[in-house]
Amino acid sequence: MSLKRLWSVLKARNLEFFRDRSAFGWNFLFPFLLVAGFGIIFGGKTYTEYKIGIFPAESEQVSVEKLNIPQQFKDMDYLKFIGFQNAEQGLDKLKHHRIDFLLKTGNGPHQYWVSDASPKGYVVEQMFKASLLPPASTANAERKEIQGSAIRYIDWLFPGILAMNMMFSALWGVGYVVVRYRKNGVLKRLKATPLTAFEYITAQAISRIFLLMFTLVVVWTGCDLIFSFKVQGSYFDLFVIFLLGSLSLTALGLVLASRGTSEEFTTGILNFISWPMMFLSEVWFSLEGAPGWVKSFANIFPLTHMLTAARKVMHDSAGLIEVGPQIMVLLSMTLGFLALGAALFSWNK
Amino acid sequence: MDAILEVKNLVKQYDGVVAVDGISFNLPQGVCFGLLGPNGAGKTTTIEVIEDVIPPTAGEVLYKGAPRTTSFREEVGIQFQSTALLNLLTVRETLETFQNFFRNTAPVEELVKLCRLGEFLDQYNDKISGGQRQRFLLALALINRPELLFLDEPSTGLDPQARRNLWDLIQGIKAEGKTIILTTHYMEEAQYLCDEVAIMDYGKIIARGTPAELIRRHSRGITVVLPRNRFGLEAKDFALPIREVKDTIEIKTDDVNQCLEQLISHGIDLSDITVRTPNLETVFLNLTGRKLRE
Repeated sequence: MSLKRLWSVLKARNLEFFRDRSAFGWNFLFPFLLVAGFGIIFGGKTYTEYKIGIFPAESEQVSVEKLNIPQQFKDMDYLKFIGFQNAEQGLDKLKHHRIDFLLKTGNGPHQYWVSDASPKGYVVEQMFKASLLPPASTANAERKEIQGSAIRYIDWLFPGILAMNMMFSALWGVGYVVVRYRKNGVLKRLKATPLTAFEYITAQAISRIFLLMFTLVVVWTGCDLIFSFKVQGSYFDLFVIFLLGSLSLTALGLVLASRGTSEEFTTGILNFISWPMMFLSEVWFSLEGAPGWVKSFANIFPLTHMLTAARKVMHDSAGLIEVGPQIMVLLSMTLGFLALGAALFSWNK
Repeated sequence: MDAILEVKNLVKQYDGVVAVDGISFNLPQGVCFGLLGPNGAGKTTTIEVIEDVIPPTAGEVLYKGAPRTTSFREEVGIQFQSTALLNLLTVRETLETFQNFFRNTAPVEELVKLCRLGEFLDQYNDKISGGQRQRFLLALALINRPELLFLDEPSTGLDPQARRNLWDLIQGIKAEGKTIILTTHYMEEAQYLCDEVAIMDYGKIIARGTPAELIRRHSRGITVVLPRNRFGLEAKDFALPIREVKDTIEIKTDDVNQCLEQLISHGIDLSDITVRTPNLETVFLNLTGRKLRE
């Protein structure tokens, strides 16, 4: 093991990355755009979940206050009312799931249409029925607020987006790049020098981890200026968790990079791994209530453990000891992937 | 003189196809040895097995009398036939990166001077011309002051001027006493640079010796060529056998003096005469019945 050789490859790889302006810029811009986009969508006021068609109406834009429909239904949150001139227009949109519920204006008895195939339609139907009940009938339910500061959706989503970006960057930045180098003969040229496979893949991994952490800090700082994220635990602990996560994801990238010369095949494998990981690691939505086997399956992904630990630190003031199990899993995965990657690695086509 | 390299019964098979079929040779220190053959003859596979880039199916390679160890890579220089380099690095940065891979290295400035890299030293390594690229790849192969240098088709794709420049450069390296193995399918290149040549075909060495020896052994006779309209004789009226090729008459002879005397005695105008001596191309043609670049 020669530190001089390792440093030399590390430096060359970093120069390559930082000089590739488009890739470099995109690495920072992409997570920032995602967070900004979701911030706007889920910011609060403009958020609508259910679309209600109303007829007869003069135009699509309707003034909610002037509509002749039950007042309690008008006052409900997360509803957007869209006007149609007649029932046919509204039914066509309902059939194609462009709206969730169609209501005829008037004093009643009220007429509404809903699609049996639409879960959202069912929910709106129940909301509509509830709006017709006298207020006294809801008196036996008491509303309680969550104690302490509520976790905003953006606070919950943000670590997920960063971790997802980290996952794509680690897998593609190592897996795809090394396979390309094997295909075009760069690895063969390096093999003809005293550089060892261990030195080469270590340099690739360090370079990518450095980049991932650098991106993390820049994107976090940038997004924090706009959204003021609330971190209940320590930033240091959070950094350690993301560092361990990036280690295990990069090591997984090295396993994918260890063989193969076909970029198309590697793309397929990368998609095969990254897409389930993105959907099942609670990046976008919680797996609460999902079947047990889905939750168990999600545990094979390093991203799941990284996100669980990061969210515990961010939202529940957990320390490194409380997230010990996740840390152990991430470390074990890193060692396992590194050993596998080193054993399988081939310079040649 | 002790051999720097001994290759014994080397065999390389790919999925049942025999690319190298029992090749053996010894290489004394300081010679330039050429593997000459058409594309697909197994030259590159042979050289890459010797370089320890691909493993052999069978056979043995000894460097300085012993199997190759990790120090082998420190002592040999390799120029591959086609190679890509680390992206977005300048020529200078690439040289410096490779310099760090080896223990005993030549200063960059020395290589810049030797291989004339000065004019494009600070350009990206993929933004240089073909000739510049070959000189740069040669400099990379020389970065560890190798005792044994492998050059795989060093002048392929170069224009005649760039090729001639590269040959001069390789002659200079030869003069320093380095041992060189080069592969080529240009017989002029082998003839100009190599002290010894092995002709390869279908994975085997079919002839070996100095270029002069090979020509003497496998391609006797000189060809005298005259324009047909200058010759003016019937074949039966001339003492030596003649052959009509397009607008010319070709006469094969072992004694050029006798042939010329005959021509003069018939009063033939020799103003446009061409005398063709045999070369390695002829040797290959005579050995295999095919041209090198068919």
